[in-house]
Amino acid sequence: MASVGKIARRTFLIGAAAVAGGVAVGYYYYRKPFPNPLEADLGKGEATFNPYVKIGADNTITIVAPRAEMGQGISTTLAVMVAEELDVGLDQVKVEHGPASYAYYNAAILEEGGPFAFFDEGMTAQAVRSGLGVVGKFLAVQATGGSASARDGFDKMRQAGAAARHLLIAAAAQKLGVAAADLETANGSILHKASGKSLTYGAVAAAAATMAPSAEVRLKDRVDWKLLGKPQKRIDMLAKVTGAPIFGIDVRLPDMLYGTVKMSPRFWAKPVKADLAKAEKMPGVIKIVPLETNYGHGFGIIAQNTWAAFRAADAIDAQWADPEYPLGSAAISDVLKQALGTKGSAMRDNGDVDTAFADAPRERMVEADYAVPYLAHATMEPMNATARFSDGALDIWCGNQAPTLVRQLCANAVGIGQDKVTVHTTFMGGGFGRRTEMDFSLCAALMAKETGGRPIKVTWTREEDMRHDAYRPAAVGKFQARLGDDGMPVAVDMKIASPSVIASTLRRLFPSIPPVGPDKSIVDGAYDQPYTIANYRVSGVAAPVSIPVGFWRSVGSSINGFFHEGFMDEIATAGKIDPVEMRKRLMAAYPSAVKVVEKVAAMAKWGEALPAGKAKGMAFTLSFGSWVGEIVQVADTPAGIRIEKVWIAADVGTALDPGIIEAQLISGAIYGLSAAMGQQITFADGMVEQSNFHDFDAMRIFQCPTFEVAILENFHKMGGVGEVGTPPAAPALANAIFALTGKRIRTLPLSTMVAFA
Amino acid sequence: MRLTVDGQSFDIDADPAMPLLWALRDLIGKTGPKFGCGIAACGACTVHVDGQPVRSCSLPLGQVSGAVTTIEGIGTADRLHPVQQAWLEEQVAQCGYCQAGQIMSAVALLDEIADPSDADIDNAMGGNLCRCGTYPKIRSAIRKAAALKTAGL
Repeated sequence: MASVGKIARRTFLIGAAAVAGGVAVGYYYYRKPFPNPLEADLGKGEATFNPYVKIGADNTITIVAPRAEMGQGISTTLAVMVAEELDVGLDQVKVEHGPASYAYYNAAILEEGGPFAFFDEGMTAQAVRSGLGVVGKFLAVQATGGSASARDGFDKMRQAGAAARHLLIAAAAQKLGVAAADLETANGSILHKASGKSLTYGAVAAAAATMAPSAEVRLKDRVDWKLLGKPQKRIDMLAKVTGAPIFGIDVRLPDMLYGTVKMSPRFWAKPVKADLAKAEKMPGVIKIVPLETNYGHGFGIIAQNTWAAFRAADAIDAQWADPEYPLGSAAISDVLKQALGTKGSAMRDNGDVDTAFADAPRERMVEADYAVPYLAHATMEPMNATARFSDGALDIWCGNQAPTLVRQLCANAVGIGQDKVTVHTTFMGGGFGRRTEMDFSLCAALMAKETGGRPIKVTWTREEDMRHDAYRPAAVGKFQARLGDDGMPVAVDMKIASPSVIASTLRRLFPSIPPVGPDKSIVDGAYDQPYTIANYRVSGVAAPVSIPVGFWRSVGSSINGFFHEGFMDEIATAGKIDPVEMRKRLMAAYPSAVKVVEKVAAMAKWGEALPAGKAKGMAFTLSFGSWVGEIVQVADTPAGIRIEKVWIAADVGTALDPGIIEAQLISGAIYGLSAAMGQQITFADGMVEQSNFHDFDAMRIFQCPTFEVAILENFHKMGGVGEVGTPPAAPALANAIFALTGKRIRTLPLSTMVAFA
Repeated sequence: MRLTVDGQSFDIDADPAMPLLWALRDLIGKTGPKFGCGIAACGACTVHVDGQPVRSCSLPLGQVSGAVTTIEGIGTADRLHPVQQAWLEEQVAQCGYCQAGQIMSAVALLDEIADPSDADIDNAMGGNLCRCGTYPKIRSAIRKAAALKTAGL
């Protein structure tokens, strides 16, 4: 059976290859349920029905929403799924993240990992999808990402609520001596209308939990939804407006010490020489310890308070070894450009692209080179974790997007079994993919071995956070198109080179596993777009630069949204076709896409003349299963270009909470606009040059446009919402700036070419 | 050194160079004000000293000249400040990490200007960064809070 784990591990991030694993081991493990982790830790009078529902004798109803709450509202939406079927109000339940457990694996996160566009519903694509869903179960990674949590939870969590309700009714029927069919439920109570008798869920919970669950539980039809599909009050809002201690950085434990880290500013490099004497003697400093993890090398400072630790970190005088990658941004960029000249793997290859370009007349050709920089996540809450290692057991408190990985890697790091590790997942002051990383947890776990059993809260400075990220990779792209007689493209060739996020992530998490096969994320957002072009090729090349890169809100689509949609705008300009009209024609085979484009164009009154000094640009990206069109209006002002208004139309298939979805679409767009306007991570002497918000800023309130959002539900599959607003934002802005100024900017950030008000 | 925070007096033994933020968080246990940047560039640590908004991450303890008010001192879950009430009604927060600072800046703004214009809001709130992009809702919540305050709620 070792092979099961091995195949699973091997295929974790590698996409299509995972299917082999699923087929090889059969479906036995897939069908076998995981034990309910809530059973181990029930309070007095509490009963549990499944990993998502606990009910106390006092009618306290607890729902476990086992995904990272980093602002996207998932704890609310997951709780609503259970509450809807359990027939309780959201104000009647307690919502918890729950323990790290394989029972909370995310299957949907991998389902779109195969080399198929979301709209490809051919037999192979569907088989791979269900295969990857199975692999998700094998791997059982409890993770939040890929805008997959609502899609993953939609059936599981509604069924959990429905199954619990079914058992509660059965127990109540027994107790009252009436038929289950004569009982109704509402607001956490069971009512026998004929007799007027009623019981709370709590009164029958213990009995109900001992009954055998029914094999078939019917879920409500959509027309009967009371909570789902309607905007809800978020369960975390009161805590967040009162400053409650809900974040990892707010953890306080008796006898707690404080600390920080100073890791090598050159990735993977070890200290050659380090003078700790000065730092060790500073007031409040207890101890400085060397740290070695798969993320890099450096020092942990253990102190009486965080400020003392920060000052001591500053005072460490260390020299670091040379890096294994080029020292500066220009040299790194050269490696990317060289990679672009090598043969890539084509993830899309329609028609015969080479032949189509062979005899293309010059005046029918459109050619362009694009580039985007490395980017930091820059979550508002800097990386931190609190750990306590005593009596051979490790407790770790932190906001994280992958609790079972935290458990596994921290157990390995301190040399104990996974059953001796308890992960307490807190709310997150932003994630955006950064908190899928393990570095902050590993550092705290290792430092907790050095405190004689006292807990320690390890907080990174902003500078440490900015300079030790798993960055959104830089990328370069080479694009060409051949126009037909009507100005429409008859051939498009796109080639993109970028360091591989998958290979980089494997090096950090599972260094013994070699990366296999092409990394689809290099071309995500370019190869899988709903355009029909007779000759259409999109290929990707992994560039060999080993600066750590990772999952940054919308991952490859954050790069390729800009590349693909910027180039589409160029094609429209060269072909003298309106860019909205051109997209509608190219998207004719995909009605959901056309409707999104039509909707956003109508909202923005596209085509109507604007006063001088104002212009609009549009872009469309299908990512994470949602079809999103954005139009940006810019104005030329004496202080620079001002982003006045943004219109967003998004087809998410099924909208579970329109309020949260609208907030996420706007959030994603602002995240993308912030990066497009001014963000870049650059390198000199092997180190990141930026350090804090003065040189890596984001959009401020005085730069924020107004928004108008439309949520559509035309496509038959549900899409994600946390990331999908980001990809079209940068190209829509760049296209608007072209419309305003005639300047085509093909390199981000735009601030290197224009000033923003 | 004696520090008055949210109406309560604390005797603390600390280096006067320690920023107020770390005294509040690590020594006194007031975790409402957040650490974001340490250089007064993001506003997550905003508190009031004698009613004036300050970035506590960059204010040395030795220079604290008056009573400190944190998010925990302006209202509680049972008795929300009108600004908190407006934030709740408008469902402003996403991750929520910057919101204590945003709310403290907004409270100070409305104490100074009862009915702020868009430009007033831009001026008062420009130093408070939000990575989730809650700015449109912050704007509407400030307007709502102004109305709630004027109505004496």
